[in-house]
Amino acid sequence: MEKILLRNIENPRSADIKEYIKNGGYKDLLLALKMQPGEIIEEVKRSGLRGRGGSGFPTGLKWEVALRDPKSPKYLICNADEGEPGTFKDRLIMEKNPHLLIEGMIIAGYAIKAEYGYIYLRGEYPYVKKILSRTIKEAYDKGYLGEDIMGRGVKFHIKLYQGAGAYICGEETALIESIEGKRGQPRIKPPFPASTGVWGMPSVVNNVETLSNIPYIIEIGATAYLKIGTPECPGPKLYCVSGHVKRPGVYELPMGTTLREIIYTHAGGVRDGKRLKAVIPGGISTPILPPQNIDCTMDFVNMPRYGSALGSGAIIVMDETVCLLKVCERALRFFAHESCGKCTPCRIGTKRMLETIQRILRGAERDEDIESLLELGSVMDAASFCPLGQTAPNLVISTINHFREEFESHIKEGRCPS
Amino acid sequence: MKQQSEKNTIIESLIKKYKDEKGNVIPLLQDIQDAFGYIPEDAVDLISKRLEIPESKLYGVATFYAMYRHRPGGRHLIQLCTNVSCMIMGAEMLVNFLKNRYGLEEGGTTPDGRFSLMIMECIGGCDTAPSMLVNNDFYGNLTKEKIEEILEKYK
Repeated sequence: MEKILLRNIENPRSADIKEYIKNGGYKDLLLALKMQPGEIIEEVKRSGLRGRGGSGFPTGLKWEVALRDPKSPKYLICNADEGEPGTFKDRLIMEKNPHLLIEGMIIAGYAIKAEYGYIYLRGEYPYVKKILSRTIKEAYDKGYLGEDIMGRGVKFHIKLYQGAGAYICGEETALIESIEGKRGQPRIKPPFPASTGVWGMPSVVNNVETLSNIPYIIEIGATAYLKIGTPECPGPKLYCVSGHVKRPGVYELPMGTTLREIIYTHAGGVRDGKRLKAVIPGGISTPILPPQNIDCTMDFVNMPRYGSALGSGAIIVMDETVCLLKVCERALRFFAHESCGKCTPCRIGTKRMLETIQRILRGAERDEDIESLLELGSVMDAASFCPLGQTAPNLVISTINHFREEFESHIKEGRCPS
Repeated sequence: MKQQSEKNTIIESLIKKYKDEKGNVIPLLQDIQDAFGYIPEDAVDLISKRLEIPESKLYGVATFYAMYRHRPGGRHLIQLCTNVSCMIMGAEMLVNFLKNRYGLEEGGTTPDGRFSLMIMECIGGCDTAPSMLVNNDFYGNLTKEKIEEILEKYK
């Protein structure tokens, strides 16, 4: 497949605006500015583009709600709070192809009639902040941002806003709270941000990768875009592969590529001649898969049929030496640390799950621990306020389902079979 | 005394920079931390007075986000990731190495004030795990030898 999101990144100067323009950059912006906002939204809707942050929500629908809302000003917010453990794809776009993101944002802003945009960048990427600051300045200097973009009377400004280390701010309403200078705790939905977002105004929150698809959709049109990926989930996808593979990295492939192909063909398979033990396919909030399930196609629609989820496309590959209880323990330390404290099932649930796993790892021989983890998990899934608490138990529950003998071995024999 | 007034001048000028901006608390706290290495109590006190935001609210924000520090630290901040991708690639061994070689504990500072250590949740360097930040610089594919070599650069 031709590279779209990672086009030209082998070029060491790919982030430079001159290189970007030389390779056809900002041409699609001019095309878009000659269209009506409604026409752009229609094209994005027809393209079938779904949010790449993990939710898979149709992008065009979000835009349409915001455009039709009578309130103004409207805001376009780029979610660059890439925090799902195992994920590093947005970092690559922002480091190597930042003008693609800016071009996508300007088009999106024009389509929803927003004159102001924010990039909410995670605090853990200070070196990306430097790059984006320069990118934004270059775009202003060339007249792609400002009061009169490309002489077409369109206004759009971008402000870079840096987070300070809170996973929950990847959730769009928590992100909005954070932009308003508050603790990043999620809001109740509805109202959705597209009607009532930052400062109470219509706000579209889109992921970096999602927005970076926009110029290409404008360039080739929805009909051609639909030929990439699957009919239900069109387009390219950035898959992040880490862990025990020969070639870890970001791979741009059609949406719906099988997990097997990604791991073995692209990432080179398991390293050091070891056996594959398990794969976390979409970041640590998605259920784990055993080796017999890796023929699943990695997209939003098919992954649930295999008992997992696409998530952010963060694939963590683990070989036979890994103790899955230790992985669960580390994941739960993360969720307990990142729980924002707003709702009880998540705040207390993550802690109790963590304590239970730690007790099993100490060899406390309590047979009822497995059942209590399963029960706690189902309560958290049903009763948590936002996706953090709903998905925090996924890894543990799926590990019990697929690798129960490993739990039992820890409980009964006080040792790990791996 | 002079030091205190210099400190106040810096805080006042930062407050002025953000005074008329919406949602100013987070970037302001960030700038305060960049200036002092942590968020001093008297900064919170001044922000509260000038921006008319209750101190309790400011502390609510300042303690919510993991990257804000509330005590002075070392000259250089090491932020080592130990989340799943880094863990399975050997990050725990590096935590032990920092402890044995430099006497660095999580959240602690070396006696000579050279380094502080923060254990991080995923810093997005999973393809080059284990990874860390030293101040604003990113380093991946870490080993004990490599960490020792990198830290030599930070005096």
